[in-house]
Amino acid sequence: ICDFLCIKNTRGLRSQLKDSVPVTGLGTQIGAYGVQDTLRSGFSSVKNELLPSHALELSEKNFQLNQDKMNFSTLRNIQGLHAPLKLQMEYRAARQIQRLPFLQSSHLALDTLKGNDESISFEDILNDPAQSEMMGEPHIMVEYKLGLM
Amino acid sequence: MATLSVCQQPIGGFSFEYCKRNAVLEFECNKLGHSIPAARKTGTTICGVVFKDGIVLGADTRATEGMIVADKNCSKIHYISPNIYCCGAGTAADTEMTTQIISSNLELHSLSTGRLPRVATANRMLKQMLFRYQGHIGAALVLGGVDCNGPHLYSIYPHGSTDKLPYVTMGSGSLAAMAVFEDRYEQNMEEEDAKRLVRDAIAAGIFNDLGSGSNIDLCVITKGKVDYLRPHDMANKKGVRRVHELEALPRP
Repeated sequence: ICDFLCIKNTRGLRSQLKDSVPVTGLGTQIGAYGVQDTLRSGFSSVKNELLPSHALELSEKNFQLNQDKMNFSTLRNIQGLHAPLKLQMEYRAARQIQRLPFLQSSHLALDTLKGNDESISFEDILNDPAQSEMMGEPHIMVEYKLGLM
Repeated sequence: MATLSVCQQPIGGFSFEYCKRNAVLEFECNKLGHSIPAARKTGTTICGVVFKDGIVLGADTRATEGMIVADKNCSKIHYISPNIYCCGAGTAADTEMTTQIISSNLELHSLSTGRLPRVATANRMLKQMLFRYQGHIGAALVLGGVDCNGPHLYSIYPHGSTDKLPYVTMGSGSLAAMAVFEDRYEQNMEEEDAKRLVRDAIAAGIFNDLGSGSNIDLCVITKGKVDYLRPHDMANKKGVRRVHELEALPRP
């Protein structure tokens, strides 16, 4: 894998920026009938949804996705279509190795594939999900994951 | 234990939940005439110079919190790897955490490659992290070290730009220190001359800038050897009381 993806944290050319995740906004949870699902995501407020509360909020939410898309796009240009396809297949397989959604899973295979086992960043230090004070409601999380909701 | 009806798993990293609440609190506070407490900065003079065999890094030791001196003897020269050290100016917590994260990453990287890490690697890691956070991490750094390609010195700004130069200064006292460098720097200095030059540059920052003060720390890095001189020079020694306190009290 190392010789496929030895690029980390690339900026990419202008032509590849079209592949990055578009800045959609802070995202309401659209429920049934096209309005916000108050039961699951609370009351809506225009101010909360139009403006980000911090300049970095949007860019941080999509940072990992953007990096991956940029890397895959560069890889496709250098090595052909097969390289990102094979890698995405492996990521998809590794992502399925996890516990039920409300439990903490280590994501060891996925981390090794992505190279996150050899780096430490703020995601590992701040707001560690294994130590959060809130627990997800097990039934609802499993229903959401299975698509029954 | 409270359960939250959330559908996705929580992720780590920075959380922006309280930004709006903090903005409202700050507005209310300012309306009442008070101001919120300031983050501790290192309002500093840091500098570095390349000499014949390696690098000399220098820093003062005062940490300020607004108009108050928070720490009279803080250490601003941080360890990155056995052959690389980094001085930090700006918000104290930001420089501390950034250098620690980069030090851990460099250690993992050098275990993976099996070689001594290079200064350019540390520079690249720092610059990418600081650019990712668009300057909100207030860390201005002077990075220096000796690797297989010789001595290297970089200055890294909070927004992520870097310069590779033979002599650099950063911090609020950087202009005073740079004046000394511009006057007396020459290429291929000896170690004692380089140490004296850096000491004088930091002293200029200490005596001419309110944000810098107390002692002068030096770090001399050469191939295979690091001298961490803390303190190298106690430029601002606190006075000693002349009269014993009990004798000075008036007798009842």
